Amino acid sequence: MTSSQLTPPVQAGDHISGPDDAPVTLVEYGDYECPYCGMAYSIVKQAQETLGNHLRFVFRNFPLAEAHPHARLAAQAAEAAGAQGKFWEMHDTLFEHQDALEPEDILGYARELGLDVARFTQELESGSHTKKVRDDFRSGVRSGVNGTPTFFVNGARYEGSWANEEAFVRALREGRAAALSQT
Amino acid sequence: MTDSVSANGANAILPAGVPAPDFTLSSAPDKTLHLADLRGRPVILVFYPADWSPVCGDQVALYNEILPEFREYGAELVGISVDSVWCHAAFARDRNLHFPLLADFEPKGAVARSYGAYREHDGTTERALFVIDRDGIVRWSYCSPIGVNPGADGILNALESLAGDSKRPAAETSVPQQREIRA
Repeated sequence: MTSSQLTPPVQAGDHISGPDDAPVTLVEYGDYECPYCGMAYSIVKQAQETLGNHLRFVFRNFPLAEAHPHARLAAQAAEAAGAQGKFWEMHDTLFEHQDALEPEDILGYARELGLDVARFTQELESGSHTKKVRDDFRSGVRSGVNGTPTFFVNGARYEGSWANEEAFVRALREGRAAALSQT
Repeated sequence: MTDSVSANGANAILPAGVPAPDFTLSSAPDKTLHLADLRGRPVILVFYPADWSPVCGDQVALYNEILPEFREYGAELVGISVDSVWCHAAFARDRNLHFPLLADFEPKGAVARSYGAYREHDGTTERALFVIDRDGIVRWSYCSPIGVNPGADGILNALESLAGDSKRPAAETSVPQQREIRA
């Protein structure tokens, strides 16, 4: 259990930001209501800016819904926004408003993002994205996720500190070097 | 995966292949749990050092979330520490736990000792996991470094291999109820 590997690897259906041929792929398993994920959100943003096209970032849902009562609906809201091409916009909005994740807040975000709110609401009410969120969660459990956020760098669980931005970016750079040297 | 691992070498916990020592412990101020009563289905025994400590909190929160996955294998999850029933009751209520916590309280740590999972110098149990088959035989065990949340992938792999030995896990469980959301 010390060498947990991302299972399954990044695949169609994942939410991906950055080029497919980027030498470094960072996968986060996260929860929109988790305060540590909120801290990690801005650090990942910085890493994306610093590393530019060398980094591909993927977000998978890992809502700890028993501890965070708003987490599951928030995860489904991001997926429902994704169905209208605005996953990352909703992802960012949710992390920037972790203290306002009630259903009416989330509908407000959908409106602000210019989504088709009727469709968005219908999909949340009917549970259209329940399976995707659950599948993400299961893949996290299989991959050895033991809390949120858990990161994977090029498929291997990242065991270092993410809270120190410099150390995190350095580790990502090393991940990139490893990927380049393999080709 | 090896059958029995002591990641810190501090304790030789019971390995796979031996009968799980039977016990009866309090699960609530007015209730007890007898291990032998769970025969016929897999049992996951989770020894953890203490209620309320940060890593335990994450670990039990994670297992609480993964209960539906464990139950697909028909498995029962049981937590054990040396904390008292009243402490467990408060902890379980605070964390909204849906599985029993047993009090290995008097004589202190007696059950943990019988599994090789007692830390004499700390007066707590190890962070040790056991998967017991339907006939009461330990089929997998793992002792994690005390400060490391071991996750659930090892447990699920063990349950999967048990299910492969007998029958496949039940089909998908029903999806959780949706929260209503109104526009």
